[in-house]
Amino acid sequence: MANLIIGAVITGILTGGVYALMSSGLTLIFGVMEIINIAQGALVILGAYLSYWLQANYHVDLLVGLLITMPIMFTLGLLIEVAFIRPLKRNRTMLSILVTFAIAMIIEGVLTNRVGANYVELNAWYVNASFKIGNFYLPYIYVFGFVLSVVLLSCLYFLLYRTKFGYSLRASMQNRTAAELIGIDVERVSAITFGIGVALAAAGGVAFGATNLFNPNSHYDLISRLLVIIVLGGLGSLRGALVASVALLVIGDVTAVVWSPVWSSTVFFIILVAVLVIRPQGLFGQPEGRKQ
Amino acid sequence: MKIIRIILLIALLAAFIAFPFVFSDPATTTIAVFTLFFAAAASGWNIFSGYTGYIALGHAVYFGIGAYAMALLCQVWNIPAGYAPFFLLPLAGLIAAAFAVPFGWIALRTRRHTFVVITIATFFIMQLMAYNLRSITQGSAGLSLPIPFDWNADFFNLPFYFVALAILLLAFGTSWWVRNSKYGLGLLAIRDDEDRALGLGVNTRPFKLTAFVLSAFFVGMVGALHAYFNGSIFPPFAFDALFDVAIALMAFLGGLGTLFGPILGALILIPAQQYLTVIAGNTGYNLIVYGVIFLAIILLLPEGILPTLSKRWNKWKASRNRSEITPAVATTSDQDDSLVVESSGKGIEQ
Repeated sequence: MANLIIGAVITGILTGGVYALMSSGLTLIFGVMEIINIAQGALVILGAYLSYWLQANYHVDLLVGLLITMPIMFTLGLLIEVAFIRPLKRNRTMLSILVTFAIAMIIEGVLTNRVGANYVELNAWYVNASFKIGNFYLPYIYVFGFVLSVVLLSCLYFLLYRTKFGYSLRASMQNRTAAELIGIDVERVSAITFGIGVALAAAGGVAFGATNLFNPNSHYDLISRLLVIIVLGGLGSLRGALVASVALLVIGDVTAVVWSPVWSSTVFFIILVAVLVIRPQGLFGQPEGRKQ
Repeated sequence: MKIIRIILLIALLAAFIAFPFVFSDPATTTIAVFTLFFAAAASGWNIFSGYTGYIALGHAVYFGIGAYAMALLCQVWNIPAGYAPFFLLPLAGLIAAAFAVPFGWIALRTRRHTFVVITIATFFIMQLMAYNLRSITQGSAGLSLPIPFDWNADFFNLPFYFVALAILLLAFGTSWWVRNSKYGLGLLAIRDDEDRALGLGVNTRPFKLTAFVLSAFFVGMVGALHAYFNGSIFPPFAFDALFDVAIALMAFLGGLGTLFGPILGALILIPAQQYLTVIAGNTGYNLIVYGVIFLAIILLLPEGILPTLSKRWNKWKASRNRSEITPAVATTSDQDDSLVVESSGKGIEQ
């Protein structure tokens, strides 16, 4: 039993890294633009299907394929922002939820139409192979997914804290109006942020698709988990998203082992509710001030 | 003016009552029944989300609870098919409302986006519960309800149509009462500026919670009626993510926070959606078209049909009055007009 629990903790941490990747894009977009991208889950699935398609037709390795899919998804994100999010002027936050939901539906519809509703899984030599550490067999893909997340999140950290664009982005996060006043092109920053968030979704999609069966409908389950993660961590807080992803996945996996897999998602949501009763702004969120 | 309104309302009601007799084809009345279901649910939803500005995207929870309450009550009390189950509707609605008290209490501790996310989370919790609490819900095997076999195909839709119409009237009446009461004024104040409303003595917490519970009651009744109409319930249909957004979309299309908006939205969207499903089937096209309509509504008519129309109407009236006065006055009144329009964008509409 103890062994099983330790194993669950390890896989929880490793898959938590992948969720951190997907949710960091979501929370970043929220931080800069104050919108919740409900389409993030659908975009993750779209990214997974792109990798699947590249692999099936051109035999591109999943991780190498990211070099192609991430720029494509980045461009797609830019386009979505410019075409659908930017025109929203009034009541942005609420309307953006509905707009991105519509985008999620369209993506789901297109995927259903093109590939059908069958479940698929990404394949590569490292998906089914595993290696032994101590008493555990650890699939390579978990480790690769985790390493991929660490690499990309490090890049994101570097981008945010060591580049001029990062300064503009963080300024826009702190105060949109003030950032505009000191000459930052907030609209441009928003579009690029959205692109980055979507590109991260594509990367998360590969790791997700290699460890889970998925079909075009899977995005509901995914987005609900991602939303729980970013709300639990505190909307707009990257640190919160990282901590919450790992914590939730570990707790979910441990529940699956000691109780039953069917309850692991429920525990996920119950923790959210419990935390929010005590801290409505989430673990690392700022309490919401009065907005005029 | 008031008399004209009352006459119009009565004419509208008469049209609703006459509809199933004029178009008695069962295929048509089925669409009409679904339209009324959604009109009633969207009206109920609007009492909370439209008036307070808190967009709840988890009302499928109360739809599903109403449905399961109906099925379980029928089973436990051995209710025969026929008219008897209709009398259980208020009870099913009350059960849904009872669930809304703790959920609303937790969710309403937060505001804006966090609130939306928590309502979505409650939705997924309840859907998982429906799958996993097998001893109560039978899991994915679903539950079945009594089916009135002695109603023939031509007659079958009529009782459901009129019961749905009654629920719609009840929801509409409640919505009207709330809109014209001091209580409703408090809700609108919460929508416009919650902190200021609190400062001015609106007891915001109980106000929001009662509106939330009230809306859950109507959605729960619709869920129960829908379950009886279908004859069986399964977790993914009782707790349907599309339902969450569908009622929000109807309210947005017609005009969020207006009396007739949600009903108008349902009258447009449900027949359109049913038609799409018939011509496009389940190949994904229906989702694409629905999503595109959705996008078009929000981008082109962000305030909904009714507020946009009433704004146009006011502008047209103003411009007609202006043509009778001197041009110098006209320009100043034009500026005033634009100011009024801008502030009314934030302020109380309708």
